[in-house]
Amino acid sequence: MTGWQEIEAAFIKKTHFNRKRQSSFCFVVCVFFIVAAISLVLSGCGQTDGPDTDGKKTDKVQITDEKITVGLSQIGSESDWRMASTASVRSAFSSAAGYDLIFDDAQQKQENQLKAIREFIDQGVDYIILDPIVETGWDSVLSEAKEAGIPVIVYDRRIEVDDDSLYTCWIGSDFKLEGERACVWLQEYLESSGVDRNINIVDMQGTPGASAQIGRTAALEEAVMLNKNWRIIAQDTGDFTTAKGKEVMVDWLTKYGSDINVVYAENDNMAYGAIEAIEARGYKVGLDIDNGEFMVVSFDSSHNGLQLTLNGKIAVNTECNPLYGPRLTEIIQTLESGGSVEKETYIEEEQFSGISYIGTIQVRNHPYTVTHLTENIISDRQY
Amino acid sequence: MKTWNKIKSWPLFLPVVALILVMAVNIIYDAATGSNPFSFFMISLRNTTTSGTILYGRIIDIINRGSEVAILAIGMTLVVSASAGTDISVGSVMSLCASFMCMMLAGYGVSSTTTLAVPLIIGLLCAVVMGLVCGAFNGTLVAHLSIQPMVATLILYSAARAIGLLLCNDLIVYVRNPSFAFIGAFAGPIPTPIIITAICIIVVSLVLKKTALGMYIQSVGINAKASRIAGLNSKLLIFLAYMLCGLFAAIAGIVASSRITSADSNNIGLYLEMDAILSVALGGNSLGGGKFNLAGSIIGAYTIQAITTTLYALGVSSIQAPVFKAVIVILIVVIEAPPFKAFLRRQSAARAAAKGVRA
Repeated sequence: MTGWQEIEAAFIKKTHFNRKRQSSFCFVVCVFFIVAAISLVLSGCGQTDGPDTDGKKTDKVQITDEKITVGLSQIGSESDWRMASTASVRSAFSSAAGYDLIFDDAQQKQENQLKAIREFIDQGVDYIILDPIVETGWDSVLSEAKEAGIPVIVYDRRIEVDDDSLYTCWIGSDFKLEGERACVWLQEYLESSGVDRNINIVDMQGTPGASAQIGRTAALEEAVMLNKNWRIIAQDTGDFTTAKGKEVMVDWLTKYGSDINVVYAENDNMAYGAIEAIEARGYKVGLDIDNGEFMVVSFDSSHNGLQLTLNGKIAVNTECNPLYGPRLTEIIQTLESGGSVEKETYIEEEQFSGISYIGTIQVRNHPYTVTHLTENIISDRQY
Repeated sequence: MKTWNKIKSWPLFLPVVALILVMAVNIIYDAATGSNPFSFFMISLRNTTTSGTILYGRIIDIINRGSEVAILAIGMTLVVSASAGTDISVGSVMSLCASFMCMMLAGYGVSSTTTLAVPLIIGLLCAVVMGLVCGAFNGTLVAHLSIQPMVATLILYSAARAIGLLLCNDLIVYVRNPSFAFIGAFAGPIPTPIIITAICIIVVSLVLKKTALGMYIQSVGINAKASRIAGLNSKLLIFLAYMLCGLFAAIAGIVASSRITSADSNNIGLYLEMDAILSVALGGNSLGGGKFNLAGSIIGAYTIQAITTTLYALGVSSIQAPVFKAVIVILIVVIEAPPFKAFLRRQSAARAAAKGVRA
């Protein structure tokens, strides 16, 4: 017999099938699956009770009087940024700091957030904190919270409700300002290095409709109107992911090649993909536009993004601060002591660059510092 | 006329025509805009600092980027043929295998690394084993418990991605290591994913050609009971098809995560199961099981990628691209639909008859 025939023979039954053996085999398989399912459920429950919860389910926490009970409903764990934000909130609302945090991960579904908030109300928490996945559809659940007398603090994304009194305050990023800061930096850099030519920009957008995408794109479009020699030659979405960013960049490189001067990547993950694509095609990333280098502008300032900024591959990186924990505890402490808080606050954000000679920039008649990045700054950061 | 009829009756005729039609759009577009009509097809060499001399051009882009779907399409073809159902878990299994591999390569809980915690080959083996385990899970449910394929694979479709996130401790794990990045980069001038895909295709077609396995799988798909009575181990064959599908999902996962040198559990392989099923259908295979044509599925996979790349080349933004993609897919599916084919046959028969009467 040749090797091939042996393979074939394996699939031919040697004896005619034995009904009894067959059914007992099926029985064993069934039992196996049932046992596996039960053990999965048990391990899942164990995880919720254990100290190292990953937050897939609402934690059941005993509500005591001494501690401030906070119910927090957050979106999910889709990006580095979100994970950093979650970690920050979790550590700020630790029980050592006097909080009982009931954490709920909505797994990208508004329905889960609505359910979680109703649970918080039933459990009689002191505060509800919400990072809403979408802007609309919160009216009825928030009126229930209002009737129960529980203050609601919204962070990161915004909500749209008919009655403003349904939530106590909102804190989040000014995405348009982030974009404006990046554009002003670019303008300053080009002026100071005496680059006087047409600047061709490709705009790698985030997920269409996300507030970060809308704000950052709008800022770039306005900057292009103001600067006569700037042009947006291509605009497309990279969905905030490395893979899609890389694909889009490859297509632009095939189409425009070295005509591209600036890549305006609306987050670090896409910037990384773009840099990979540019280098794989034999072009260079850097600050020297006149010598054909591609300048990459990015946002978020994640750990990986800052590393690239330090290496000079990203020219300027404008932060999108995920560290909401301390700000949220601050707000709750103010409310606890009977103080009042602003309805809308923007979280402070930084801007980083590998070059030192642009120290401050003026945006909206306000000076902003550009931090000269060093290894120490990166290692000191929480994310 | 005779050779024309022969070509027309060739099983790959329509898939190939569909692919050529998509390509032709580019020639027309390039000619209309006044550039070289064949610029879409130009392949050139570029010198780069990072990976030496590389091949470059839109065709290379298509073949390179279509790799994952082409690899998935191999497994999907076998599953469709043997069990008359689809494995909708392949995208999630890709992501799980990639997460498991990157977790092994980086070490548990590490989010970013440039040095490997275990040798690369162990990481790759882990991914492959995970793929086989997932395939065996699906295979057992379908073959031994006779659960409908879509329901059985729905379990891993929804669970695998979440398991991947658990393995990675809810982090995106970055493995920035050149030996790992090689799989998604270039081997000499040729992109490595192309070579991996070629090896997969060659091995599978060799096995199908040299053994009667292909025929066994088809006969199980046509009638599992009759095949069993004829002496084939139907359950084992269906189980094997799912195992192979899991294996190819693992390989596709390795390629996809190496491209971005990270395990982005939420995004790797997202919606790729749909592309894999579509490529089987575009290849002229019946989703009702039975007879299959592997080459057709692979041409189907590259057709899907060619559509995407063409839309990019035409400057259609990727937000609107799915609409155009849908229109093109509708056209191709209609052309390949049996009633439409029958209609064309009747037309040509009528024409021939009319000619006969006149003569």
